[in-house]
Amino acid sequence: MKTVTSPFRFKGGVHPDYNKELARDLPIETLSCPAELVVSLSQHLGAPATCLVKPGDYVVKGQVLGSRTGFISLAVHAPANGIVKAVEPRLTASGGQSPAVVLDTTAPAPEGVDPTERVLAPLDWQTAPREDLLRRIEEAGICGMGGAGFPTCVKLNPPPGKRCEFLIVNGAECEPYLCADHRVMIERADRIRTGVEIMRRVLGDPAVRIAVEANKPEAIAALERAFADIAGDVEIVVLPVLYPQGSEKHQIYATVGRVVPEPPALPIDVGCVVENVGTVAAIADAVEKGKILLSRVTTVSGDAVATPKNVEAPIGTSYADLIAFCGGTKGTPAKMISGGTMMGFAVATDRIPTTKTTSGLLLLSERRVFRYSSQACINCGRCLRACPMNLDVAEIGKAVESDDMAEAESLHVMSCIECGACSFSCPAYRPLTQHCRRAKGTIRARLAAARAAVASAKATT
Amino acid sequence: MLIAIAVIAGIGFVGALALAIADRYLAVKEDPRIGLVSAALPGANCGGCGFPGCDGYARALVAGKAPNGACAAGGAAVATEIARILGLEAASVTRRVALVKCCGSRSETIRVGDYNGLCDCGLAAATAGGDKGCRYGCLGYGACANVCPQHAISITDGLAKVEKRLCIGCGKCVSACPRRLIELVPADATIHVLCNNPVRGPEVRKVCGTGCLGCHLCERNAGGPAAGHFTFSGFLAKVNYENPPTDEQLAAKCPAKCISVDPHWESAE
Amino acid sequence: MKPKDTSVRYLLSSSPHAHASVSVTRLMLDVILALLPTTAAGIAFFGWPALWTVLTCVVSAVATEALCRRAMGREQTVGDLSAVLTGLLLALNLPAGLPLWMAAAGSVFAIAIAKQVFGGLGMNPFNPALAARAFLLISFTGPMTTWLKPFWWRSPEAMTTATPLATQEFPGFADLFLGIMPGCIGEVSALALLVGAAYLLVRRVITWHIPVAFLATCAACALVLGGAPVHVQLLSGGIVLGACFMATDYVTSPASAKGKLIFGCGCGLLCMLIRRFGAYPEGCSFAILIMNAFAPLISRWTKPKPFGAK
Repeated sequence: MKTVTSPFRFKGGVHPDYNKELARDLPIETLSCPAELVVSLSQHLGAPATCLVKPGDYVVKGQVLGSRTGFISLAVHAPANGIVKAVEPRLTASGGQSPAVVLDTTAPAPEGVDPTERVLAPLDWQTAPREDLLRRIEEAGICGMGGAGFPTCVKLNPPPGKRCEFLIVNGAECEPYLCADHRVMIERADRIRTGVEIMRRVLGDPAVRIAVEANKPEAIAALERAFADIAGDVEIVVLPVLYPQGSEKHQIYATVGRVVPEPPALPIDVGCVVENVGTVAAIADAVEKGKILLSRVTTVSGDAVATPKNVEAPIGTSYADLIAFCGGTKGTPAKMISGGTMMGFAVATDRIPTTKTTSGLLLLSERRVFRYSSQACINCGRCLRACPMNLDVAEIGKAVESDDMAEAESLHVMSCIECGACSFSCPAYRPLTQHCRRAKGTIRARLAAARAAVASAKATT
Repeated sequence: MLIAIAVIAGIGFVGALALAIADRYLAVKEDPRIGLVSAALPGANCGGCGFPGCDGYARALVAGKAPNGACAAGGAAVATEIARILGLEAASVTRRVALVKCCGSRSETIRVGDYNGLCDCGLAAATAGGDKGCRYGCLGYGACANVCPQHAISITDGLAKVEKRLCIGCGKCVSACPRRLIELVPADATIHVLCNNPVRGPEVRKVCGTGCLGCHLCERNAGGPAAGHFTFSGFLAKVNYENPPTDEQLAAKCPAKCISVDPHWESAE
Repeated sequence: MKPKDTSVRYLLSSSPHAHASVSVTRLMLDVILALLPTTAAGIAFFGWPALWTVLTCVVSAVATEALCRRAMGREQTVGDLSAVLTGLLLALNLPAGLPLWMAAAGSVFAIAIAKQVFGGLGMNPFNPALAARAFLLISFTGPMTTWLKPFWWRSPEAMTTATPLATQEFPGFADLFLGIMPGCIGEVSALALLVGAAYLLVRRVITWHIPVAFLATCAACALVLGGAPVHVQLLSGGIVLGACFMATDYVTSPASAKGKLIFGCGCGLLCMLIRRFGAYPEGCSFAILIMNAFAPLISRWTKPKPFGAK
C-alpha cells in the first residue's frame, strides 16, 4: 500500500466555498429512532420496491417492507419496530412523489410477535463463495450512497466479457458543506478496509485506488493506518481540491488516467468500478455482521442550523426531526437543500424523509443564497473554462433559449453531468445547468417517444 | 440608362423563360387529389393528427394510410369535404377543445416556496415539486401556452386558460403539461369540474380554497349515481362526457366552487 | 376562500445553490479600474482637453444607453456599467482636443447604433467603441488626426503635430514606453496600459491568450515586413491598448483558448498589413473590427471537444 498524488488533472472545474469547517471535526452522533418514520419504496435508482405490508401491520426492525421489483431495483427494510400507519405517495427530495411506508415507531409490539431485530447470518468473507457475497449485498439493500443510489449488487456484477481492473473507492466528497464521508473515513476506516477486501473478492481481485481530496489529511492518515498491512495493489490517491473531483468520470481520469467515452458508455467499459466510501463500509457491515442498511450518516449544516452535526439517523427520519436534533434553526433560513450546494435539491418543506442517498441537509440564510436572472450572455467563456466535460455551455444555453434542441444535442448536451460548474461561474447569473437539464429532458423524451413509435409499428406489422 | 433597363429586363425575361420551361418539363407528377385535400384542410400545421403538417396528412389520406376525421381543427365540415374529394363515407367528428382542469389561481391556492429559474412547468415541477401547494394543480409557467399553435392559451393569475374560440383540439398542450391536467372535451359540453386533485378533502382544503373535496354533492344534485353524469377517482369528481350533466345550477351548489359552466371562453362568437 | 399560507417559504431553485459571486457589473468595474492608470496618464500628458473628452464620452454614452433602453421598452441596464466602459474606451481612442460635440456624437453612435440596435450588451457583433472610432475617423478625418503634443501648454506656438508612425520620427524608448508622444488619450502610455492589463490578468477578468498572440504576431510581422523598428511598432499606434483592452472584449472575441489565439494572431497580422500597405499609419482599430466579424466563424472552427468524445 502506498499513498500517491494524482498524476492526472482534468480540464475545468471550479473552487466553490467549501464551508466544511462547520462540521468537519464533529464526530458522528446517533439519532435514536423518531416517533414516525417514512420509508420510501424508491430510494435507489430504478424500479420502486413492491410493497409487502399494509396499514395496521406490525413490522420489526430489519423486516422487508418492499421487495426487489426488477433487475435495477432493491429491497427496502423497516429501520425500526412499529405499526404501518399508511402506505401512500410522499414527496421526495427531488420533487416527485413516490410510494412510502409510514411507520409509527411508538406502538408496542402485539402479543406473539418477536420484537428483536432481524439480522442476517454473518458470513466469513474470506471463504464465502462470490455468489453468496453478492446475494448478501443485495439482501442488505445496499445502493450507492454517494447520491445516485445505483444498486450495488448490479454494479459489482459486471456483464459477461467485461472485467473490472480497477476498484476506485470514492472518498473525494467535493461537495461543499458535506462531511459525512469524511467522518466515515476517519471513524470507520477499518470498515472501509474490510469492505474493500470483500469487493476485491467479488470483483476478481482488481487493483484498488482510494481517492481522497487533499483537504482531508485526517481521513488520509486514518486510511493509511487501516490499510497499512494490506496485500496487493492498493493505493491511496490524493486528489487536488477541485470540484467536481467526486464525479465518477473525472475521478476515474484523476486516479487511473482513463477516459470514459460519451453516454451510454459506463465506467465498466474502461475496466473501472467506482463506489462511495459509505457504501463500502455498509458492505463490510452487511457481510461481517449481517447488518442490513437501515441508517446512514448525514451532514446537517449551513449557517441557519443552530448546531451543525454529522448525524447517523434511521432511514426515513424526516428533515424536521434531523433539524430538531441539531438544535433547530438559527435566524431565518432562506433555502433548504437536500445534499450539497452544487448538486443538491432545494426543497420546500421539512416533511421529507431521508433515504439511503441523503448525504446532507443544509439550511442557508439569505446571505448565502443567490438568485438566477436571465441576463444576456456576454460570451466571457467562464462556463466553457469551468465545464469539466468541456462543453460549450454558453451556446447550449442560447440554443435551449430558442428551443433548438437539435442544436443543443449537436453540442453534446447529453454528456452534461449537471455538476453546476457553469451556473456557478456565470457572471450574468444565467441558469445554464437548468438549460442543460431542460435540453436533456426534452431529448430523452423525444428518444423515448421515437422508440415507442418503432415498437408500436413493429407490433402492428 | 436605357441600356441598363434593357439589360435588366432581358435578364428577367431569360430567367422567366427558363422557369416556365422547367415548370412544364421538369414537373413532378403527383396525385392531383393531394392538392385538393391539402386545400380543404385548415392549413394550421398543428400536428394534432399525428402527421407532419396538413400536407403530410393530405398525402397520407390520399394514400389511404390515414383515417378521415383525424383533423380535430377542421371538424365535421372538413371531414365531409375530404370524404367528398376522396369518395369516402363521411366520418363523424365531434369538435373537441382543451380544458384546463384546475381553477386554483394564485389568489385561491397557496404557494409553498419561491421558484427562481426558467419559466417552464416541467422544470418548476422538478424543483421541489413546484412552488404551488397543490401537487396536482396548474403551475402557471406556460408549458401548454408555449406549444399551442393557435396561441389559444394564456396565463392569468398563475393559471392557464384556453380560449375555446381559438382552440382546434390538436392536443399538444395535453402532452406538454407535466401535471397532465389538460383534457380534450367535447366543445358542446357546458359543465366541467375544474380540479385535478384526487386526495382527501381536508388535505385539499389545506392548500386550495377551490379544490374538489370529493363530497359527491354534484352527483347527488344531478340525479344520483344512477344518472351517471359524474364519475369519481379517489376524492375527485369528473364529468362523464359521454353523458354530460346540463343543469347549470350544479356550479352554484358545489361547496368548493370548482364546478364551472363553460369556463374561460365567454368570448366565443 | 384561500387557505392560510405556510409559515416559511423557501427559495426553490435548481442546483447549483452556490455562486462564484462574479457579476457582469463587477467585471465592467474591473476593466474601468484597469483603465484608470492610462486615463490618468493621458490627462497628465494632454491636460484639460483630455479630461473633458473623457467626461463627455462617458456621460453621453450613459445617457444614450438610458434613453435607448427606455425607447425600446426594455429593462434598464445602465447599472451594469457597460455604457460607462464603452464611453471611457471611446474617449481613450480619441485625440485630446477633438471638438467635444464630435466626441459626444461618437458615444451616441457607439451605444445607439453599434450596441443597442443589435439588442444591447452581449448581442453586438462589433466592439462599440471601435466602431464609433471608425465612424469618427471616416466622418471627421481632419480633427481625428490632429494630435496635441504632450505637455503642449509648454510650447504654445506649436501645439499640434503628427504621430511618430506618420512622421517616421521616433522618440526614444523611454518616451515611447512612458507615453511622451502624440497620440490618442489612452494609447500613449504603454506602462500605464500594462499595469492595467496586469490587474485584469490577476483578477482573471481576461486571459493571456489574445494580448500575447496579438503582440507576438505584431512583433513577428514588424521583423518580416520591415518599416519602423519593432519596439516603435509595438509601443505606438495603440497596439498595447488594442491588444489588452479592445481585442479582449468578451462579446466580440471567441471564448475558447484556441479561438482567442487565432483571433489575436489575426488582429496582429491585419494591423501590421494595414500599417505596411494601407492608407492608415495606425490600423489597429480597423484590424480588430475586421476580426470581430470573423469571431463567430473562429468560434465555429474551434468548437471544444467534450471530455470522452471521439
